[in-house]
Amino acid sequence: MKVLKLIFRNTFRHPLRAGLTILGLAIAVMAFAIIRTTVSSWYAGAQAASPNRLVTRSAVSLVFTLPIAYEEKISKIEGVTGISHAMWFGGIYVDPKNFFPQFAVDGDTYIDLYPEYIIAPEQMEDFLKQKNAVIIGRRLADRFGWSLGDQVRLTGTIFPGDWDFVIRGIYSGAEENTDETIWHMRYDYLDERMRTEMPGRAGQVGSFIVQIADPSQSAAISQQIDAMFENSSAETLTETEESFMLSFVSMASSIVTGLQIISVLVIGIILLVLGNTMAMTARERISEYAVMKTLGFRPLHVVGLIIGESLFIAALGGAMGLLVTFPIARLVQAAMADFFPVFKVEPITLVLAVLASFAVGLMAAVFPTLKAVRTPIVEGLRIID
Amino acid sequence: MPDTLVKLEGVYKSYWRDSLEIPVLHNIDFEIPKGEFLALMGPSGSGKTTLLNLIAGIDRPSRGRILVGQENVAELSESSLARWRSRIIGFIFQLYNLMPVLTAFENVELPLLLTRLNRRERRRQVETALGIVGLSDRMKHYPNQLSGGQEQRVAIARAIVTDPDLILADEPTGDLDKQSAEDIMELMTRLNQEFEKTIIMVTHDPRAAKRAHVVRHLDKGELEAA
Ligand SMILES: Nc1ncnc2c1ncn2[C@@H]1O[C@H](COP(=O)(O)OP(=O)(O)O)[C@@H](O)[C@H]1O
Ligand SMILES: [Mg+2]
Repeated sequence: MKVLKLIFRNTFRHPLRAGLTILGLAIAVMAFAIIRTTVSSWYAGAQAASPNRLVTRSAVSLVFTLPIAYEEKISKIEGVTGISHAMWFGGIYVDPKNFFPQFAVDGDTYIDLYPEYIIAPEQMEDFLKQKNAVIIGRRLADRFGWSLGDQVRLTGTIFPGDWDFVIRGIYSGAEENTDETIWHMRYDYLDERMRTEMPGRAGQVGSFIVQIADPSQSAAISQQIDAMFENSSAETLTETEESFMLSFVSMASSIVTGLQIISVLVIGIILLVLGNTMAMTARERISEYAVMKTLGFRPLHVVGLIIGESLFIAALGGAMGLLVTFPIARLVQAAMADFFPVFKVEPITLVLAVLASFAVGLMAAVFPTLKAVRTPIVEGLRIID
Repeated sequence: MPDTLVKLEGVYKSYWRDSLEIPVLHNIDFEIPKGEFLALMGPSGSGKTTLLNLIAGIDRPSRGRILVGQENVAELSESSLARWRSRIIGFIFQLYNLMPVLTAFENVELPLLLTRLNRRERRRQVETALGIVGLSDRMKHYPNQLSGGQEQRVAIARAIVTDPDLILADEPTGDLDKQSAEDIMELMTRLNQEFEKTIIMVTHDPRAAKRAHVVRHLDKGELEAA
């Protein structure tokens, strides 16, 4: 097609300018995609939550604990098909910078509630046989180069003292967004030591994980659990695993909001870059468009050329930006593994980036289009470059 | 008495700058018969380009009628005017005004993209037009690879490729050396005699004007008596 050829040649009339514009767009589109991916990764944990799990914790605050005796009572509620408990351990491995989540969990019941953790049966048996055994996620093992049988010492913060462990199991996630960075130690190991060293803190757990058969019953069952302990010395707050996880995320929500604002600003920058280039071409080509109109081309033809060129540049920049997004995302994933258990560019991010490029391509053409259409032919012919 | 191709009746044109009216053409009346080769002379700023633009329908008179063939150019809508122009008018500019990103062939082909001609028919017509102006061997050259005289010949090929009735040329030799100007004038004469094109040509060059059948002078927006 002649028209496409003309658009193509117009685009690369100033190769350096076109190249810089496309590069600018590519970088901005990539930044947009990476920022969006950062935000969605922030919520990835919550997205991986199972609708079949509820979490019961202290109504006062996350740092308050609940008596383990509640477990028996909760398990009797109709619709509850499984229950276990967990306690945040918060130990340090060598240096506080080496942060990773650690939970003391019930060996017999906890892992069963997480079908998305894939672990060899014999590793599970080993975990149950030894009190200081741990099961850790694949990515955590990779991060510190740990393998089965390794001895690891953590220094307690919430629970003082040195704690020695042996790695007996390594799980991998069944889903792409399964968190593979968690350290599971045995609750009885923690509890027995507490009983002798700090008896007041024994028999306490941070949360109960309640498995339910029917997700549509989650609200009713949550209410029932909380009602059961109302007016007791340790009132409970029960919610779905998803909203439980979101309550962590929202602690940092102002950062997330900031990132979202930046991602919108980045689109604004793309618009400025392309808008500037298109405004320059509009000025330079006024006399050419006037000549075309003299030859009998109508304003719509000229508009097509301008919008076509703007969209073409936007498409090239957008495509290049998205192409580099994937390798960059992998680099970020590698560098930020401690922060983001999952760092994956989501399809919606790609769709948004494509839509944004398209919209920017159209918007950048508005001014040149108006200028070309509104300038009378004789006016355009008078302008001599 | 040959048919009249162009007829101007009481054409008045002024421009407005802020709230100041600048009269450019005063009550122009004249007729140009089919097959005429007319040279329009006059000092700079006398309104020659404006007159040409009005006849081409790329500008509108403030008052008066402009008839080209059967059409009252001043009354056509913008889009019918564009269509009419692409069939009837061939325009030649002083500075050639070729598209720099298109080859000689593609520049000449440009007006044909508005017709229903297919690729092969277009190619035949472009080759014919470039043959007439003697540039068959420069078809793949870009404007910046051509001399000024060659560029103007490409522009002439572009103006005649649609086989228009009327050719309007605004100082076609104004930017050329003597020899190139001579070649262009030779070509204009051929277009008039061999291809029977009606030509209105603005020029400053008395030697160019000598090629024309008729020379008219414009001064301060008024046409001097013939
Ligand atoms: N678009 C315009 N706005 C204001 N004045 C104009 C415009 N076009 C032409 N003129 C004025 O009209 C007069 C005639 O211009 P023009 O037709 O270009 O003269 P010529 O071609 O004979 O040199 C000049 O004084 C010029 O400044
Ligand atoms: Mg002039």
